[in-house]
Amino acid sequence: MRVEDAICSFCGCLCDDINVEVEENKVKRVRHACRLGSSKIMGHERIRSPMVRKDGELKEVSYQEAYERAAEILLAASKPLLYGWASTVCEAQKKGILLAEEVGGVLDSTATVCHGPSVIGIEEKGLPGATLGQVKNRADTIVFWGCNPAEAHPRHSLRYSSNACGRFTSEGRSAKKIIVVDVRETRTSKNADMQVIIQPGTDYEVISALRMLVAGKGDVVPEEVGGVAKKELASLAEMLLAAKFGAVFFGLGITHSRGRYKNIDNALSLVADLNSHTKFVIMPMRGHYNVGGIGQVLAWSSGYPMSVDFTRQAPYFNPGETAACDLLAKADTDAALIIAADPASNFPRKIVEELAKMPIIQIDPYENPTTLLADVVIPSAIAGVEAEGTAYRMDGLALRMRKLVNSSYPSDEQILDGILESVRSLRSSMSLRGGLKDDN
Amino acid sequence: MISGRTLAQGANCESKMSEDFFRAASSCYLSKEDYDCLGLSDGKNILLKNEFGKTVLSPRVDDGLHRGIVFVPMGPWANILIGPDTGGCGTPQFKGVEIDIEATNSPILDIRELFGSIQRAEA
Repeated sequence: MRVEDAICSFCGCLCDDINVEVEENKVKRVRHACRLGSSKIMGHERIRSPMVRKDGELKEVSYQEAYERAAEILLAASKPLLYGWASTVCEAQKKGILLAEEVGGVLDSTATVCHGPSVIGIEEKGLPGATLGQVKNRADTIVFWGCNPAEAHPRHSLRYSSNACGRFTSEGRSAKKIIVVDVRETRTSKNADMQVIIQPGTDYEVISALRMLVAGKGDVVPEEVGGVAKKELASLAEMLLAAKFGAVFFGLGITHSRGRYKNIDNALSLVADLNSHTKFVIMPMRGHYNVGGIGQVLAWSSGYPMSVDFTRQAPYFNPGETAACDLLAKADTDAALIIAADPASNFPRKIVEELAKMPIIQIDPYENPTTLLADVVIPSAIAGVEAEGTAYRMDGLALRMRKLVNSSYPSDEQILDGILESVRSLRSSMSLRGGLKDDN
Repeated sequence: MISGRTLAQGANCESKMSEDFFRAASSCYLSKEDYDCLGLSDGKNILLKNEFGKTVLSPRVDDGLHRGIVFVPMGPWANILIGPDTGGCGTPQFKGVEIDIEATNSPILDIRELFGSIQRAEA
């Protein structure tokens, strides 16, 4: 069987032109996808069975037993953390929010170690955005700032940005100006008309200098900013002002560096300033395919896009307090449900050491370092390959992920349903016995 | 030090217990000048350390890096060197981290060894 125009579930590009050949319910061949997408769709060695840790060892159990153990952990905790959510579909995310409300926990997504600062910056300033289709069809000047799509979003340039041919950009790459700002030369910068190498941690200063130059106040800019000569910055500002339709794509080079959300705030201001002269848009290069989705689902259900505390009477959001890393660093959580994420690999080591001190429930198709620390392991179908659902592209466009092959594993949504049911049944038997959480 | 995505790291990020992920994520990229200066050309590994910890990696030359900057693929080896502070915004500083580097004959820990030393509390 051949599935045409499937959507890739690796990164925020959500490429929708993937052809997949399926034989005997197995993916045999993937066409059009990049190396990242192809590897994701082809799959890897799976976790075979649900497991619960007994006497220090993970032992195979039934799904029902795993759900019940997970429910016990969540109900015994006073402030469980429900973390991950970026590599699964919106329907599962919605169910996760319900679970967080019912057990009284904090729900946070991998955005907090990724584009979290972008989310905060955008809340402060607003996002002059566009769809990737608009960028493809109209942009003649493209800036990649602190991002390296050649390795992190390999088809972005050809499908949407620097090398794309669209309605008003039919000449493709040759008629566009491409600018790359980074602390190093990358595969992306090899394709640039102008490459600006800045010193690490100076994004804010360099953006501020550009804002002055764009505003015609170059006289206040020093001769060198962030290791870049004023003359070079002035020609960059000229290129930006000469654009008919400019697009800035930014990555973790700017969110993970000194200044973090203030860098984004300033970049958004630069784009707002440029819009006094010409048309400019800006967009974060979202990593996981549906990290945009958890932001959307959380925002429409709770009013906040990440790090939402459901332990109070109303949803509460205060990154720096309610974000996963902060909760763990301050020992302000006492159990974790990890879904579609691997914090053991992706959090700072000191925070992983805190995570390991508490009971962990993991829902994931694959074994990873989080499995080594987990007390309950629940293997799931791969969302976007073995289970259908909705995902949000990096520009906020909602797309329907199809199921490409059948799976004997339950979907994330079904697993969360199973845990919810166990939570409700355990809670009702606990209340019959007259004890809940700290009262028993 | 900056840490981030590479193609090989990304292609293996869902098979983290594999040899391929180990090869992709336990490397440290540095300029030719820094590589020569540290005397790494005879098969030695590179030790990266700061106040948060230390990690041994396999050194690789990257002509795109200037002196004084090293790149480590995102993952558990790089994250040993990342501090827990989030500056009030929830996100640790994964890039622009000050570290010391030197050549070493110590081996690179594999993924199970890396997590074997973490004390896990029994639920």
